Amino acid sequence: MDPLSFTARNVLAGATILGVTGGVLGCFALLRRQSLLGDALAHAALPGVCLGFLISGSKSPIPLFLGAMAAGLVGALFIVAAVRWSRVKEDSAIGIVLSVFFGVGIVMLTYIQRLPGGNQSGLDKYLFGQAAALVPEDVQLMAILSTIVLVLVALAWKELKVLAFDRDFGASLGLPMRRAEILLTLLLVTVVVVGLQTVGVVLIVATLITPAAAARQWTERLGVMVALSAGIGAAAGIAGAMTSASVPRLPTGPAIVVAASAVLVVSLLLAPQRGLVWAWLRERRVTGRIRRENLLKDLYRIGEDRGDWGRFVSAPQLMGVRGVSAPRLATSAGRLSSQALIERRGDDLRLTPEGLDRAAGVVRKHRLWELYLTRRLELPSDHVHRPAEAMEHALDATAVAELERLLGNPTHDPHGRPIPGGSKPGVASKPGVASKPGDAANGGPQPVPDDVDREVRP
Amino acid sequence: MNPPANEPAIEVHDLTVAYHTQPVLWDVDLELPPGRLIAIVGPNGAGKSTLLKAILGLVKPITGWVKIFGQPYAKRRSWVGYVPQRESVDWDFPTSALDVVTMGLYGRIGWFRRPSKKHRELARESLVKVGMEDYAERQISQLSGGQQQRVFLARALAQDARLYLMDEPFAGVDATTERAILTLLQELKDAGRTVVAVHHDLQTVSDYFDHVVLLNMRLVANGPVAETFNAENLQRTYGGKLTVLTQAAETLLADRRPAASGDH
Repeated sequence: MDPLSFTARNVLAGATILGVTGGVLGCFALLRRQSLLGDALAHAALPGVCLGFLISGSKSPIPLFLGAMAAGLVGALFIVAAVRWSRVKEDSAIGIVLSVFFGVGIVMLTYIQRLPGGNQSGLDKYLFGQAAALVPEDVQLMAILSTIVLVLVALAWKELKVLAFDRDFGASLGLPMRRAEILLTLLLVTVVVVGLQTVGVVLIVATLITPAAAARQWTERLGVMVALSAGIGAAAGIAGAMTSASVPRLPTGPAIVVAASAVLVVSLLLAPQRGLVWAWLRERRVTGRIRRENLLKDLYRIGEDRGDWGRFVSAPQLMGVRGVSAPRLATSAGRLSSQALIERRGDDLRLTPEGLDRAAGVVRKHRLWELYLTRRLELPSDHVHRPAEAMEHALDATAVAELERLLGNPTHDPHGRPIPGGSKPGVASKPGVASKPGDAANGGPQPVPDDVDREVRP
Repeated sequence: MNPPANEPAIEVHDLTVAYHTQPVLWDVDLELPPGRLIAIVGPNGAGKSTLLKAILGLVKPITGWVKIFGQPYAKRRSWVGYVPQRESVDWDFPTSALDVVTMGLYGRIGWFRRPSKKHRELARESLVKVGMEDYAERQISQLSGGQQQRVFLARALAQDARLYLMDEPFAGVDATTERAILTLLQELKDAGRTVVAVHHDLQTVSDYFDHVVLLNMRLVANGPVAETFNAENLQRTYGGKLTVLTQAAETLLADRRPAASGDH
């Protein structure tokens, strides 16, 4: 491998330093819900950079860093003061500081660029960052500041942790919560200053928040989250800075943001516990099961009304029961038929003996729950169908056994319909499945006595 | 180091607290005996939580002072354990139950030091006391409300305090947790500790506590449950708003804050 070029080495070092520091600090900002504070501090730094340039008359890093830091701190003080002594709320104060300082900064920047030689000041790179313009002097300063930040975080780890989780409790222990708060703000300002040249004031908040938000998806431990966030920040920093160094006129800030955002998107979608894809799959599995159980139950009830589970039921009739679309019905039916719970003849369906058993189980849960609601909660019988529609898919065997015990092994639901499939097999309430499919006309279960209110079913 | 037997656990004198111009506590004088289970009872907005926070120095009073076993709070900090309202924190924080309980020991670990194995063992013992040892490594968002409450109690127990201030420990907990808390309160009392708890359920005050403070912005009554917790005092606590007092206080505070007077 070729030795890295002088520029590339600077870029790599700068981006890594910033990624790690931003990733670490970002975790605390994120957990304290202070993401926007970082954004305000960054924007507030711009007039400081300009002032530093105007006063020193040069673009050597130290005056600019000092100016940025001072302006960032003044911005932070404004926010604190506004919240404490006026009726302005924190979100408004942050918005005001962000826009006012940034506006002033842009005005100053325009003025500087009109000065003789101002065009060469290169201050415009502080807007979106230009890692390729980093000189070793810059990187050294970044490294020193970042080391200080990381050492302070390590030293004040438990104070920062309590501050983020339960500030009042920390204060009741006598931990210096106010000082921890000030420290955290100072550290945030420092990170912003460290990242100004690389990422720029507009997007630097992304180096704080995006890696932290991504890391949060993968772990439930603060230490792991901080380490992971530092790693993601460094990786995104390197990827972004390298891209920007190799693509002409591409500012580094947006490139780093795009890289970090890609990690965030993947994390949001795929992280094991919290990933949206897994949640969606879980949801789909449950929905699919509910649809199939509903189909079994609908077949059961139609058979119950007919007094015969052996005859095929047409698809349109099944679709009519709860407004199921034809493709959905076909999906559920296909799956049930592959489990040998139903039999298909063209579009018509009927339960197999195993299917009838399974369907009876669902109906049993439904009717037990209805009975429970009318007896224990004293709900009128026309109020219990809908809750039972949900509970029939949720009750497990233990809950069913408990319901049976509580209700004294009942035989009929509040509407007078029999509760099928009792705990003792072979009792009268279990629907007969003696018939072979196709032989149903003779061997099917007895018709249900039609003495119940037909409007409320099942 | 033992407190004199007759010294009040908490002494509050002439305490007035306001948030902006809204008075919350008005001229409260209070002496609470040591070694009792004490309920603070009153309607919503009566200043119950604020009283606890003022005792802990978390809110700054306009006037008045607080003493814990005869000394200012700053000198008695290690004698006091605090159980905030469960809703006051974000339970989606990336940490385990054991870790939260260990926070109870942060006060004595000292600056810049990390919790040691010994501290973790102490924290584990506290979890055992509330029946939560099986959940030590569990992420806190995966605990039920009652389990979270027990974690908070364990965190205060780890402080090994003489005086416990609890903000609604019974709010929204399951039956198991309620029993666990009751057992715990009894054990604390038997060990000579003092417990002051904000409590919402009037039905259970006389079963759970032996001393009651009735509060509605000002102190209504303070004494043993048997003598104090009666219909007349409850009527004085819950009956009617203190309109005159509120208005007078707002006027007074508004005068002190000219910047805000435009709103009135």
